[in-house]
Amino acid sequence: MSAAATTVRGADLLRYALRLGDLSLVLGQRLGEWVGHAPAIEEDLGLANIALDLIGQARLLLGYAGEIEGRGRGEDEIAFLREHGEYLNPVLAEQPNGDFGQTVVRQVLIDVFQLELYGRLADSADARLAAIAGKSVKETRYHLRYSGGWLVRLGDGTAESRARVQSALERLWPYTVELFAEDDVDRALAACAVAPPLAAIQTAWSARIDQLLGEATLERPRDRPYAWFGKRGEHSEHLGYLLADMQHLQRTYPGARW
Amino acid sequence: MQDDRDWPLYEIFVRARGGLDHKHAGSLHAADARMAIDHARDLYTRREEGVSLWVVRSSDITASDPAEADSLFEPARDKIYRHPTFYAIPDEVKTL
Repeated sequence: MSAAATTVRGADLLRYALRLGDLSLVLGQRLGEWVGHAPAIEEDLGLANIALDLIGQARLLLGYAGEIEGRGRGEDEIAFLREHGEYLNPVLAEQPNGDFGQTVVRQVLIDVFQLELYGRLADSADARLAAIAGKSVKETRYHLRYSGGWLVRLGDGTAESRARVQSALERLWPYTVELFAEDDVDRALAACAVAPPLAAIQTAWSARIDQLLGEATLERPRDRPYAWFGKRGEHSEHLGYLLADMQHLQRTYPGARW
Repeated sequence: MQDDRDWPLYEIFVRARGGLDHKHAGSLHAADARMAIDHARDLYTRREEGVSLWVVRSSDITASDPAEADSLFEPARDKIYRHPTFYAIPDEVKTL
């Protein structure tokens, strides 16, 4: 690729920052739902810590998105005052927590994605994204240690725990297609070395997932056709309920601080 | 909460900084040592309290019997000569 043909379009960069930010935001919100409900107080704290890491990533990414947009919107306005179709997270992130096993499976699938993504994004031509990724990759390494540990423990555990995580895996697997579905934004940003190519992330993701599934004695589900694309603003019905919960306070008391 | 009851107890030791000892910080429940490290990290080092963790199954610790305190610890009480307070310290030594 020639360096001359690699001007970054602000609109692409904005969309990319929103996609990554919304992934962390929505997943963080989901994990937050466990607070007070986890199977043990230690897990309560573990999940809350990961949720807070993710919200922290969302703050940085959405704050950056606001700067790129240049309309004076801050991280809170972007996080709390957009409409359903303006969120660009992959549909996988908004899937309900289900039982603890389903939360663990969703977490593993996304942790490995973020790990492979941030690891490469840390070398981005965009200095801000590189810095955010460099900070986030360390957090994500721990997230995967936590979720991967649980996947192996449950998968290679009792007959019931294994059946539950295998069924969660079957249920969530189709949504992983979206993580690697490349569009014009991805291609344009990859061409100017701002975003890592999704194909490379997919290869690494797949290998790491296979290794984890092997350790957990779980079977990799077959790939199936898939239709939802949160990265284009097309969401499952679950996001609406999540947003109602998440936005309630900001919409009832605009600008509330404490 | 039944699973919670089944998890064994681990004692957690945290090293605050390089060069310092690991200090007992508390205990928590975990299914295995690796989980104990994860939980200890979340419970005891979330505000930068540590740079290293040790976890030990509480059941692996052998403790002295409180009933034996008389014979174990009391005999030391009247042996004050074991304290190094009977040495005259030379004036030249400033930092002892």
